[in-house]
Amino acid sequence: MGKTLFDKIWDSHVITDLGNGFVLLHIDRLLLHDMSGGKALKEAIDKGYPPAQPRLTYGTPDHTMSTKPGRDEFTHPPGLPLIKSMRETTSAYGIKLFDLGQDGQGIVHVMGPEQGLTLPGTTLVCGDSHTSTHGGLGSLAFGIGSSELVHVIATQTMVQRKPKRMRASFEGKLMPGVTAKDMILHLIGELGTAAGTGYSVEYAGSGVRALPAEARLTLCNLTIEMGARTGMVAPDDTTYEYLNGRDYAPKGAMWERAVAHWRTLPTDPDAEFDREHTVDMKNVAPQITWGTSPEHVIAVDRAIPDPSKGPEEKRGAWEAALQYQGLEPGKPIEGTQVDWVFIGSCTNSRLSDLRAAAEIVKGRHKADHVTAWVVPGSVRIKAEAEAEGLDRVFTEAGFEWREPGCSMCLASNGERVPPGKRSVSTSNRNFVGRQGPGARTHLASPAMAAAAAIKGAIADVRKM
Amino acid sequence: MDKFTKVTGVATPLMRQNVDTDLIIRIERLVDNVTREGLGPYCFEQIRFKPDGSEDPDCIFNQTPYRDAPIILSRENFGCGSSREGAVWALKGMGIKAVIAPYFGDIFNNNCFQNGLLPVALPIHEIEQLADEMTASPGNARITVDLENCQVISPTGRTIPFQVDARRQHAMLNGLDDIALTMSRRDEIEAWQASDKSARPWVWL
Repeated sequence: MGKTLFDKIWDSHVITDLGNGFVLLHIDRLLLHDMSGGKALKEAIDKGYPPAQPRLTYGTPDHTMSTKPGRDEFTHPPGLPLIKSMRETTSAYGIKLFDLGQDGQGIVHVMGPEQGLTLPGTTLVCGDSHTSTHGGLGSLAFGIGSSELVHVIATQTMVQRKPKRMRASFEGKLMPGVTAKDMILHLIGELGTAAGTGYSVEYAGSGVRALPAEARLTLCNLTIEMGARTGMVAPDDTTYEYLNGRDYAPKGAMWERAVAHWRTLPTDPDAEFDREHTVDMKNVAPQITWGTSPEHVIAVDRAIPDPSKGPEEKRGAWEAALQYQGLEPGKPIEGTQVDWVFIGSCTNSRLSDLRAAAEIVKGRHKADHVTAWVVPGSVRIKAEAEAEGLDRVFTEAGFEWREPGCSMCLASNGERVPPGKRSVSTSNRNFVGRQGPGARTHLASPAMAAAAAIKGAIADVRKM
Repeated sequence: MDKFTKVTGVATPLMRQNVDTDLIIRIERLVDNVTREGLGPYCFEQIRFKPDGSEDPDCIFNQTPYRDAPIILSRENFGCGSSREGAVWALKGMGIKAVIAPYFGDIFNNNCFQNGLLPVALPIHEIEQLADEMTASPGNARITVDLENCQVISPTGRTIPFQVDARRQHAMLNGLDDIALTMSRRDEIEAWQASDKSARPWVWL
């Protein structure tokens, strides 16, 4: 029987079988960020375990510093000790840090692919659940906790149990106004937020093959929102075209050798999965979340769900979500007034995302009552967007054009949606209080978020 | 790592689905210079406290006899979302020793086993019955979670078996962490790396 993409990468990284279903797995890339990077390095060093492979380890601050224009590490003082600690520990062991203000700095899941650190067939971990993003380039990538992070620093390995395999196939073409963000939100809506628990996911089908590399990163980013730690797209010419020439990608003859190896990775035709699910792309419309879990999602032209008509086991959660969100069941979600719009995060802050938002914004102005932010994913994306004039499109429309970082996705740098205010956000979680205590979040694509800023309300991008 | 063998005590029925790690601990508490042990007062702060900072009497964690309970009962997908290990530290800081739910977020589940907090997976009907037995006799009801024998004993004395990986059970009963064990395999790791450097030199920067 043939093997899946996941099995090929997993099996080739097993150093030894530990018994009881556990293996010791080699880790090819460790990415660090300011929330946990400096602390974990210090903990490992204090325990007597200096970094095992500093040259396979890369870091950048993203979570805790301000994204205010002209910011530095002092703009948001609570983050300063974390950034300082990261600088001290990385420089002591020769770990490359893409520091504030430097080319390469950015959201860690934007930085890795952009620099060519993320490669097909590699194992990659980071102390962040959205590490699944890197699977968009065919890397077996997953998020880990602080203790596991210390283990990787010390040993360049992890003790892991092999997950089951799920394949989610998208068949057909993107309908108007639909993006990778809508595809993955639609899938989570169909399967629920825990369908992937205990699984690795491969995204496949003609709808995925047609996606550009950046859109595949978005697709894989939300894998954890359906419970799976890792989601992947098989590498192909789209992947190689994206990676070729990037700073840390192999060059010349080594590039040819790497591509030849990567071409052996895609799932064999006769490989089997533990679970298969197929989505017909005809049924995927622009999505918007209404509740407090990513599975609380509908097409933008639908009505807000009525808990009394929903599945019995979800009624309580739906009622609580509607109450928190201040929404009435049965009413159309389109037209719901919005106070904040956030375009950014490891989900949707890449150049293609900013272009899609700018296309909606160009020649228009945001509604007066809306505060709208654009937070590019990296220093490089910011520079590329400015070279195209995207920054002016946004600022002339009344949006704020900010510095790279995680910002209002999780509000760990003090940038918050105020209590009770409603936000349309291109990020990945609409949990209670995620964007700030009492904040009400609706997840959507960059174009949908841009449309909401213009209309001052949740809007259908297809009507813009 | 702290050992876990057995705990007997009150179990708080937090009977909701998808309790995410953002709800368990807000991210800014992990930015502020709070020690791991000091996170307890902030655990579940969004439901334990009102916006003015006062305790919400409607929250079960603020009610007798649940205030100091060492066990939580919950519904599906407890610990989903962010990988923040601070969620486990905060639960421990609040005095929680075990959480019983039908299943857990994968990363949270791993983080628990790194810290001596036991996640116990039971079918939802068993958890609902445990919750009913707890609330039927508030103040007197106790639940026992016994890792050595892999069983939960209900307030009425019913014994409910649960499963746990043998490797993790052994590590938790003995308070072992993985690093020392892995370090003892350094030769195997180095041999794998040497062979990989010739097979996939482009990976090795």
